[in-house]
Amino acid sequence: MTDVSTSAKPSRFSILANPTRFLELSGKLQPWLYGAALIAVAAGVFLGLTAPADYQQGMTVTIMFIHVPFAWLSMMIWTVMSLSALGTLVWRHPLADVSVKAAAPIGAVFTVLCLITGSIWGRPMWGTWWVWDARLTSVFVLFLMYLGLIALTRALEEPGKSAKSAAILVLVGFVNIPIIKFSVDWWNTLHQPASVMRMDGPAMPAAYLTPLLVSALGFTLLFFALHLTAMRTEILRRRVAALSRLAARRAEG
Amino acid sequence: MQADYFAFVASAYGISALAIAGLFAWVFVDAKAQRRALQALEARGIRRRSEAGGSRDAPGAAR
Repeated sequence: MTDVSTSAKPSRFSILANPTRFLELSGKLQPWLYGAALIAVAAGVFLGLTAPADYQQGMTVTIMFIHVPFAWLSMMIWTVMSLSALGTLVWRHPLADVSVKAAAPIGAVFTVLCLITGSIWGRPMWGTWWVWDARLTSVFVLFLMYLGLIALTRALEEPGKSAKSAAILVLVGFVNIPIIKFSVDWWNTLHQPASVMRMDGPAMPAAYLTPLLVSALGFTLLFFALHLTAMRTEILRRRVAALSRLAARRAEG
Repeated sequence: MQADYFAFVASAYGISALAIAGLFAWVFVDAKAQRRALQALEARGIRRRSEAGGSRDAPGAAR
């Protein structure tokens, strides 16, 4: 560690590869992230709840301001885990596996919330809680993959042993992300096609678009804040495990 | 017509708030438990080599 910091100017990447340094930096960043996230979520939800009722959907349109950010997060979190999985497999970054393990339960919560809020929105607007069509089914598969990943990352006592298989599962599962994104274009589905990320610009008035973007930003920041806390906890958990083994060895010797 | 939809909107927001509150609780309870466990080990005099002034570096440090 010392030779890295004195001999050559270390890159940001290698600074963050040192868990102790990561704990220091993330500790400073954490309160700011939570603060910004809470402000943005509160502003987004407030603007969303006070937005005018839609001429067709009435007030159910307000479900959009949480449903769409949850859907966006469910895909973004898997993408973050995929980048981390590359970190495990290609660079053997010591924190990459910590990142995957910490992100999985948070991703699962946001994915199930996307499914639940979508279902509650679908009942009055589509007349059904659920259909097995392309969009809904592919998101449900994503939720199952999160659950599988949670099981895999917690199945073995020694964290290093599951790191590689977890990283492979994450990368294989990543093929589902473009399938979810384009499912509304490729197949017939009850779900509407994209209305924000479009070639011809968002098909939505500012009264809806502004709260939606603020809310999406807020929940994204909230994910990164929670992810940081969960990563810090995972580092401590691994230290506790290592020290417990050390203590056991000392007691024996 | 608006009143009919209120229950849907309220339950969507309510369930989301509950789930996220639960996520927060789990993340912070876990963080506290690991901090306590580490402190308990250190109180018994079990420290990481890098912090005990040893020559060897912490496991997982930069190459």
